[in-house]
Amino acid sequence: MNRESPVIACKHVWKLFGPSPRKYLASLPADRRFADIQKDGYIAAVRDVSLEINRGEMLVIMGLSGSGKSTLVRCFARLLEITGGEVLVDGQDIMSLTEKQLIELRRRKMGMVFQSFGLLPHRTVLQNVAFPLEMRGQDKHDRRERALEVIKLVGLEGREEYFPRELSGGQQQRVGIARSLAIEPDIWFLDEPFSALDPLIRREMQDEFLRLQNLLQKTIVFITHDFDEALRLADRIAIMKDGAVEQCDTPDKIVLNPATEYVAKFTREIEKSRVVHAASLARPLNGQTPTGKPVAADATMHELARLLVNDTRDSLPVVDAKGLIIGGLDRQEALDLFLGSD
Amino acid sequence: MSATAETVTPAGRLNLTRRQVALGLLICAIVMALARPILPEFLVRVPDRAILPYDSFLQSVFDFIKDDLGLRYLTRTISGGLEWLLDVTANLLYGKRRWPNLGPIPWTAITGASVVLGYWLGGWRTALLAGGTFLWTALIGQWKLAMQTMSVIIVAAPLAFMLGLVLGIVAWKYPRFERALRPLLSLLQTLPFFTYLLPAVIFFKVGPPAASVATIFYAIPPMVLMTILGLRKVPDSVVESGHMSGATRWQMLRHVYLPAARTDILVGVNQVIMLCLAMVVLTAFIGMPGLGAKLLSLMNSLKLGRSFEIGVTIVLLAITLDRLSKAWVVKQPEHFARGTPWAKRHIFVLAGLGVFIAFLILAQFVQVADHISRKQDLSMGKEIDGVIKGFLDIDAVQAVTGWLRWFLITWVLIPLRNALLWLPFMTVVLFFMAIGYLVGGWRSALIAGGFFFIVALTGWWDRSMITLYEVSAAVLLASVIGFPLGIAAAQRRGWAQPVLLACDTAQTFPSFIYLIPAIMLFGVNDVAVIFAILIFATVPLTRYTIEGIRAVKPEMLEASDMSGSTRAQKLWHVQLPLALPTMAVGFNQAIMFAFFMVIIAAFIGTQDLGQELQKTLAGNQLGKNFVLGLCVSLMALAINHVIMRWADERKKRLGLS
Repeated sequence: MNRESPVIACKHVWKLFGPSPRKYLASLPADRRFADIQKDGYIAAVRDVSLEINRGEMLVIMGLSGSGKSTLVRCFARLLEITGGEVLVDGQDIMSLTEKQLIELRRRKMGMVFQSFGLLPHRTVLQNVAFPLEMRGQDKHDRRERALEVIKLVGLEGREEYFPRELSGGQQQRVGIARSLAIEPDIWFLDEPFSALDPLIRREMQDEFLRLQNLLQKTIVFITHDFDEALRLADRIAIMKDGAVEQCDTPDKIVLNPATEYVAKFTREIEKSRVVHAASLARPLNGQTPTGKPVAADATMHELARLLVNDTRDSLPVVDAKGLIIGGLDRQEALDLFLGSD
Repeated sequence: MSATAETVTPAGRLNLTRRQVALGLLICAIVMALARPILPEFLVRVPDRAILPYDSFLQSVFDFIKDDLGLRYLTRTISGGLEWLLDVTANLLYGKRRWPNLGPIPWTAITGASVVLGYWLGGWRTALLAGGTFLWTALIGQWKLAMQTMSVIIVAAPLAFMLGLVLGIVAWKYPRFERALRPLLSLLQTLPFFTYLLPAVIFFKVGPPAASVATIFYAIPPMVLMTILGLRKVPDSVVESGHMSGATRWQMLRHVYLPAARTDILVGVNQVIMLCLAMVVLTAFIGMPGLGAKLLSLMNSLKLGRSFEIGVTIVLLAITLDRLSKAWVVKQPEHFARGTPWAKRHIFVLAGLGVFIAFLILAQFVQVADHISRKQDLSMGKEIDGVIKGFLDIDAVQAVTGWLRWFLITWVLIPLRNALLWLPFMTVVLFFMAIGYLVGGWRSALIAGGFFFIVALTGWWDRSMITLYEVSAAVLLASVIGFPLGIAAAQRRGWAQPVLLACDTAQTFPSFIYLIPAIMLFGVNDVAVIFAILIFATVPLTRYTIEGIRAVKPEMLEASDMSGSTRAQKLWHVQLPLALPTMAVGFNQAIMFAFFMVIIAAFIGTQDLGQELQKTLAGNQLGKNFVLGLCVSLMALAINHVIMRWADERKKRLGLS
């Protein structure tokens, strides 16, 4: 992650639902809590959220239903008008865009996948996928060609002429994914894309999704209520509760250091060894260099378990992909992850 | 949020006071009724000097609009365009001598094409239905009459569809417009049809143009409502996916909203077609030729056999139009494998055209294929007449109908009628206020009581009460039949479906039809009127009862079974309470149907508002027509408001909405 400017930056974003939200927000004291606001007759769907999403990064926003995660992503795409704060996309304040500019932005840069698919029931798979291209007035042959390309990419070849109702849930969502990719967006929003699917299909779709992401390297905002899914996919996770972000960090750090009691509730049941990588436990070297066979920075503790038990060294060298030592792994600390520290 | 939190806790106490206030109002009403002999005259009837000549006021307003503002020139221009369209369809369908002078199209060609259309829309059954209907119509010798009727529907239905769609879209887009439109639509839906007919005649040309204008106005409201409903129902995710695909507003409407609302919009189309048919038949009263006019004249001369035949034609036509348009609602687009040849993808268009042209050619050589002449038709009007008269002459039948007539007139109709006429008008007003207050607080009390008060102020109170008496007598009798029938049918697996189908079918019949059996059985009198309303009103009662009971969730039935309840207990404690709001909706519809029917029955010779309305038709008294129409409408709206308000609240409380 180099230090170029973030693709999406939101600063102190608020989204209130109620009779006259702007006025209310202006008069809102800083310490007003979610329940107090509710008593005033407003729903604080998004409360003072500041986040940055970098190019090529996958940010997963995790929260239970009603936590405001879906609202937040709709604020990023300006499907909802925010009440306060600002959302910058590629440095541009999207609230300042005219309708025409906004439509142009969506036609060129953004794609979105919906939980309930949002397929147009009267159009075939091909027509659904080509829909965004049609909207921007692309030539008929071009859009057919491009649509067939993405349909192939998501593995729906041969179903181009089917109508959505003739497809299974997993297939319908593949259409949704293909449609969102048709315009080759830079930014890809996925709003609980796999929540409506059976567990087995969900797993399959997650693998498929990781494959696509390796291929395409988009900037992604992914919404889920499933903590496992978040851990599996995310570069960083933002955990939301009552409209506010409780913690935003890498999966390793969230598991190792939950910032709040609420976050800790999620991490408690998680098998940490499968999440934590050697890199995040590596300590600075302070002069001494651990010796012997190194461990890879991107190996999970679970993968290292046998080594950790059998090895006798106190500290193991951790090396990155290029073979450079980036720190030392305290064996005892690593084993504590399996056994509990007390 | 905070408001609900406050009202939740003391709801019990609040309810009690509401009940008490309602009770107080009711007691006032009863006291006033009991004290009638000593009541000051102005509480019994609105005194004559307080009755302003509203009809003349309205008349001068209409005259002003019509003549001074020159609206008539505008409407006459429109009716010129309409007439041109109607002439085209008239020429094609039954050979009226107008441009393009091509018609009439041979009946075999139309029948053949309709079979193909029926097959494409709904398979063999609809194909047979469509073909059978047209075949019957031709063979029985009513082809020309049916085509006269169809020629208006073909123009009116698409226009009503388009106007309704546009109004619906605008109302959906601009809530303020919708708020203004809604009351107008409810008014249009309750106005008696005479009030559609007279302005149509005055502002447009007598005959087909006026008929089509009245028909269009009559058919618009459900189209508007279905459009609004359909557009609202489009799922958020579909709308958002449209936005995220970068659709402009126009693209959103054209490619996202309208196609996604297709089903509801097509249901609207179905209703438009059915209402058009119902109204076109009724335009017989303003001299529109066709099935309705023929039926009217046959019934007036008591030619029951021919009336029966025409009735069958109208019913068949109604079922065909209904089934075809419903098949269109559920028909989903189908996909062809890539590379399917053009001819195969358009097989039905080609087949339809082929059949049409083949019969067109055949008709040039074979006369029967072109038209069926008077001597060739298979009408058995006289014979059926004989059968009907013979049947009615059977002593047992006569005894039954005679006894029923006597019983209903002496024990139900006359007492009810005299009671309603005897009541001081303030009692009626207070009674409706009490019910209104009970279901919806002061607002509903003012609407329900206020509407009746206005009726009293117009000076048409007695006629209004006679109308109300006919409606309430018929609906009460219908309830005695409809509710038990619905309950019984809903209990048995094998019954519900056929009864529902029968109700659905009966509801597509133009209301006029129901008068045929009534007159056959009881002759021309009040009992026939009540009987016609009764069958008409039983249909929605039965239907909604079945639907309400069947909508009760299976878990609840299982829970009550496992609690060891008997069938009767289950019915009484689980099914009926949960079905009651839906049954109330059916009851409301029955009353609305009854108000509609009672006006049609005017030509039998009632003494109610309908009779007066019919008279205004002859005298071109637009002002009086509107005052009378409003009386009917206001009574219907007051009752409608009370029942629907109750049903809505109840549904909300039961968590059913």
